[in-house]
Amino acid sequence: MYRPRDHRIVAGVAAGLARHLGVPVLAVRIALVVLLGFNALGLLLYAAYWAVLPQEARGDEQPAGRDLSALAPFAAIGLGVVLLQALVFDDQVATTVGWMIAVIAVGAGVIWHQSDSSRREQGADYNIASTPWVAAIVSENDRRSFLFRFIGGGVLVAIGLIGVVAVYAPDNSISAVFNGVIFAFVGLAGVGVVVAPLLWRTFGQLRAEREGRIREQERAELAAMIHDQVLHTLALIQRNSADIKEVQRLARGQERSLRNWLYKPTASPTERFAAALEQAAAEVEDTYAITVETVVVGDTQCDDRVAALVAAAREALVNAARHAGVQTVSLYAEVEEDELSVFVRDRGAGFEIDGVAETRHGVRGSIIGRMQRHGGRAEIRSAPGDGTEVRLMLPVTRESVTAGKEQAR
Amino acid sequence: MTEPVAETAPRRLTVFLVDDHAMFRAGVRSELGAHVDVVGEASSVAEAISRIQAVRPDVVLLDVHMPDGGGRAVLESIRRTHPQVLFLALSVSDAAEDVIGLIRAGARGYVTKTISPDELAAAVRRVADGDAVFSPRLAGFVLDAFASRPDVPVADPELDQLTNREREVLRLLARGYAYKEIAKELFISIKTVETHVSNVLRKLQMSNRYELSRWAADRRLV
Repeated sequence: MYRPRDHRIVAGVAAGLARHLGVPVLAVRIALVVLLGFNALGLLLYAAYWAVLPQEARGDEQPAGRDLSALAPFAAIGLGVVLLQALVFDDQVATTVGWMIAVIAVGAGVIWHQSDSSRREQGADYNIASTPWVAAIVSENDRRSFLFRFIGGGVLVAIGLIGVVAVYAPDNSISAVFNGVIFAFVGLAGVGVVVAPLLWRTFGQLRAEREGRIREQERAELAAMIHDQVLHTLALIQRNSADIKEVQRLARGQERSLRNWLYKPTASPTERFAAALEQAAAEVEDTYAITVETVVVGDTQCDDRVAALVAAAREALVNAARHAGVQTVSLYAEVEEDELSVFVRDRGAGFEIDGVAETRHGVRGSIIGRMQRHGGRAEIRSAPGDGTEVRLMLPVTRESVTAGKEQAR
Repeated sequence: MTEPVAETAPRRLTVFLVDDHAMFRAGVRSELGAHVDVVGEASSVAEAISRIQAVRPDVVLLDVHMPDGGGRAVLESIRRTHPQVLFLALSVSDAAEDVIGLIRAGARGYVTKTISPDELAAAVRRVADGDAVFSPRLAGFVLDAFASRPDVPVADPELDQLTNREREVLRLLARGYAYKEIAKELFISIKTVETHVSNVLRKLQMSNRYELSRWAADRRLV
């Protein structure tokens, strides 16, 4: 259901209803006018539909011009119906209807404007442009007009209330006061009709604004990240383009950080085994300009012993980076029910394990000794020309975790 | 498996590139040019489907993420009409969902774009020979996917369960071993290693999709 742009007299409510119900437009209009007699129900309905129904999307073809002269007969009929009612019933009802019509007419005027915002662009067609004070009431573009409207509405409500008191107070009877209350409610309802679409639209604007702000914030965050990291890295790469090692180091660090940002849920390296290993690998990558192919299967909580395992793995990575003379080192870790295992493998120079001097503490102290202190074990397999693999194993049962901690102290 | 070759001269492999980045295609083309015939390129899903059907390459190097849909769409469409075309996924993403998803759709392997040119050429050849190509990371994902399973036999153990041997092979793959080194380590032939890996791939493609979703859910919990 919508209000069409053609075949309309005021706002197209009747035409839209007729189109939707499949009855002649004239029938709907007459029905609305007749309903006017029942405490202005017709006008109320019209205003309600006006506020609720969306206007038909603007088509390519020019809509048929609205001829206001068609309004005249309906206005006449409406006037007749109201007068007839005033004659049949007593004056009081007629006065109520008169007030309601007045209030609703104001409301309808504002709604007319707010629901047909497209009209503002073509204001020349309407009287708004030629009568600035109308524009001041109905346009919502600046704060001043909003204030004006707000004060105007307040004055209207006040006048209505004063009118109620002035008309009904002298009677001093209960029924008169009761009527006065009803009158006041009708007045308030009229104001509500005026304000509700406005509020609704304001809420809609606020919602849209908030969504826009969130989107903008996300975009800004992304832009900041790209600026801080990617652009700076690219600039550095351009300046260091002769130094291949440096370029690779920069590119690798950037790739890792982008990857983490895009795909990885963040985990604290002090709490999770996988995160700690990945951080160690990243540090070695950055420091020694090599690639560490990290694969971690499963994950577990970090404690002292697990931290020692990570430290030993880091030492193994550093050794591989410094001595193997290769670009890529593999780091594989697996969390099993009863054991954590870490493998650091390179395809580099390799060495004779027996040939390592007793005085060299890197392997013996940082890897083998550290693992033993924490109840694990380390094996190193290496042969010249065949690369090196460091295997670190750490049994994890509940008992051994406690035992390991006590042992460590 | 490759089609029987009609000519007597050893035929060069034909390779098709699907990637939305022209620069990357150019790079791969120049890297692979010495080893294989790059017979075509495509930058979108629709273009890839029609061109691959026309050229019928031995191996398609397939990007995972493209603006108008994933490489998976290409894979599924081509496999329906031309099951003999083999796919090797070549992606910048090493997210588990992408990798496992593409393998399940029928890719014979998955390598990341940081792979060296020589390794890429070797991977293409291995796929063309009917083997699977497992990067260490892919092996890690597979182990992860099957790791949480209890060792009791399930309804169809043949299908869903990895044998201990397959597990060992995958572990060594994840540790960065080459097929040759795995064979030496486990005292089996290279051919056996390849069989194990192919079996893993088959199981991965055939095992049901509930597994994958459950696994993904598990991972988020971990």
